Amino acid sequence: MASQEILREGSSRGSFINDPRIRGLFFQTLVVILLFGSIWWIVHNVIENLQRLHIASGFGFLKSRAGFDISDTPIAYTSDSTYFRALVVGLLNTIIVAVAGIVLATIVGFTIGIGRLSNNWLIRKICTVYVEIFRNIPPLLVIFFWYSGVLAVLPPPRESIHLPLGSFLNQRGFYLPRAVWGDGSWLIGVALLLAIAMTWFVAHRARQRQRATGQQFPVFWTSVALIVGLPVLAFLLAGMPLTFDFPKQSTFNLTGGFWIKPEFLSLLLALSFYTAAFIAEIVRAGIRGVSKGQSEAAAALGLRSGPILRLVVIPQAMRIVIPPLTSQYLNLTKNSSLAIAIGYPDLTATAGTVLNQTGQAVEGVFIMMIAYLVLSLVTSFVMNIVNARMALVER
Amino acid sequence: MKHIAIGILGAAALGFMASAASAGTLDTVKQKGFIQCGVSTGLAGFSAPDDKGEWKGIDADFCRAVAAAVFGDASKVKFTPLSAKERFTALQSGEIDILSRNTTWTSNRDSALGLDFVGVTYYDGQGFMINAKKLPGVNSALQLSGAAVCVQSGTTTELNLADYFKKNKMEYNPVVFEKLEEVNAAYDAGRCDAYTTDQSGLYGIRLTLSSPADHVVLPEIISKEPLGPAVRQGDDQWAHIARWTYFALLNAEEAGITQANVDEMKTSTDPNIQRILGTEPDGKYGADLGLSNDWVVNIVKAVGNYGEMFERNVGSGSPLKIARGINALWTKGGLQYGPPIR
Repeated sequence: MASQEILREGSSRGSFINDPRIRGLFFQTLVVILLFGSIWWIVHNVIENLQRLHIASGFGFLKSRAGFDISDTPIAYTSDSTYFRALVVGLLNTIIVAVAGIVLATIVGFTIGIGRLSNNWLIRKICTVYVEIFRNIPPLLVIFFWYSGVLAVLPPPRESIHLPLGSFLNQRGFYLPRAVWGDGSWLIGVALLLAIAMTWFVAHRARQRQRATGQQFPVFWTSVALIVGLPVLAFLLAGMPLTFDFPKQSTFNLTGGFWIKPEFLSLLLALSFYTAAFIAEIVRAGIRGVSKGQSEAAAALGLRSGPILRLVVIPQAMRIVIPPLTSQYLNLTKNSSLAIAIGYPDLTATAGTVLNQTGQAVEGVFIMMIAYLVLSLVTSFVMNIVNARMALVER
Repeated sequence: MKHIAIGILGAAALGFMASAASAGTLDTVKQKGFIQCGVSTGLAGFSAPDDKGEWKGIDADFCRAVAAAVFGDASKVKFTPLSAKERFTALQSGEIDILSRNTTWTSNRDSALGLDFVGVTYYDGQGFMINAKKLPGVNSALQLSGAAVCVQSGTTTELNLADYFKKNKMEYNPVVFEKLEEVNAAYDAGRCDAYTTDQSGLYGIRLTLSSPADHVVLPEIISKEPLGPAVRQGDDQWAHIARWTYFALLNAEEAGITQANVDEMKTSTDPNIQRILGTEPDGKYGADLGLSNDWVVNIVKAVGNYGEMFERNVGSGSPLKIARGINALWTKGGLQYGPPIR
């Protein structure tokens, strides 16, 4: 009310000083000028001080030879590669651990969250204890727990624990047989893609048919048959082009096979188990947030408990779950920078090394901030699309 | 995370620092009444706190020597422990006045990082240490192909390691940590087969392991590591004070001036000793540096001469028992050579 009165008075007097529109414009312009002015002042000062202190600046160093090695390299990298490539390797390592962590945290989180609503007393209590423990311990401690408490006390490489299927476990990590695909294995990939496309088509047609005629089609089993069957058929047709490379004992370590290092393993387990506790609470809140009348109405229509959960409760719960879930995914990605404590070469660690080898702190920190910003924005963007698809469609 | 914080703070400091010409470091130091000295987070013999929390070692003593030269009082030093990654930003941003932290002098650090190295207080080289009990039969670094090697990130060590294995066409798996203690813990737990850093460092670290006798330092030295203190570039007066403090320590040893006999030596008639100790009539070598004329007396009284400093911290008087070797004076076949004070 007050603002309306001011508006009326202002316009009746005709004095532009009292016109809220002009005043608003004035203050907004002032804020913009102050903001850009201070940014300009800081940037100008940085450049001037760098010159005064004889510190090299600019991003030219990205093209020079890095000279250091990185333990986990998802793309080809040697000490002869550039600093830029080293940063890319670090970024990829961050993405790998973040994506794997998000998938694992989601699976564990949903399981625990639904478990907390179970009718079984024991399951309910175990899930509660899990949430209360992991939610209340800082993630760094969880990382140290896995790294120093669990993986470091495993036996040395010469006394590795033998696991089934030719895998080994020791304090240097987890060694699995590596699949080596021979000639003609591209056929299997093509078959898999084909199967996925066909599944999508079948599901689409089944939905149309159900809408038109009310008849249902066993989409799930058809999909399983397609996705498993076609690649297997292709595998047999191509003459079974698959061999395994088993890890073997050498002078110092096990060589060959697929090697998961303890740094990656402890970081992944710590991040996903920590975040899973929060996701569990979000899922529980989401399911609780769907009014009881919804499932009662569905039951009254004759649906059984499985379809009620799948068709009525979960779609509505997801609307509540997804926005906070996005924040958890972002947190997990950013928490992955704790990798530095145990020596996993993520973006923070490699950028830190680059920063120190070149001495260009301002540029190094700037690159790190931009990289994490972009990662977070991409995650939000994807989650916003998912959220939009889940949102209530008004007809 | 601390190094990021320092990086950001450093960047912020660069942003907010008044761009007006700042006062010289000597004036700033005199005004605040102490020298802020950047040291390692704990490397025996170079800079490590003892059981009373006092910093011991060659690098720590060098800062005391500078304090003695400036204030006539070696206790006017405050120490800032820094990781390898933090050290240069800390010096660049003015958080410390002098970096005395087993840091290798390289052309890049001298030119592009805004640093000015003042001398080589310890000639070192990079070596390897292995657990001989777990790896019997390994007695050369050339047998390390396929090994997991523990190394501290952001050091010249990390770069030499890559070069050495590449040159000898060997494979290795780097296990890299940011802090010295993390590397030590990982090596001690058996996460890697070999530990690489400067050889003097290996001897110091071996003492801190759970069973020091099991570990041997391999004979190969794979690099030149001239370790020395550095100051900010562009402040010649302060660089001169640090540089000549180092030379004074060497000149004192060469002239036979020790912590014990420095007062007697003041009455010496040897013109060289008179020039060093500032007792030469009308001599003003100290004043020219911006110090008092008895600056060397203060230095030697506080920490002794270079030889005494060496023996006390890393040599025969310490658990490390490192021989003088190439760190002997030039008169004794070593590389330590102090230009004359005159």
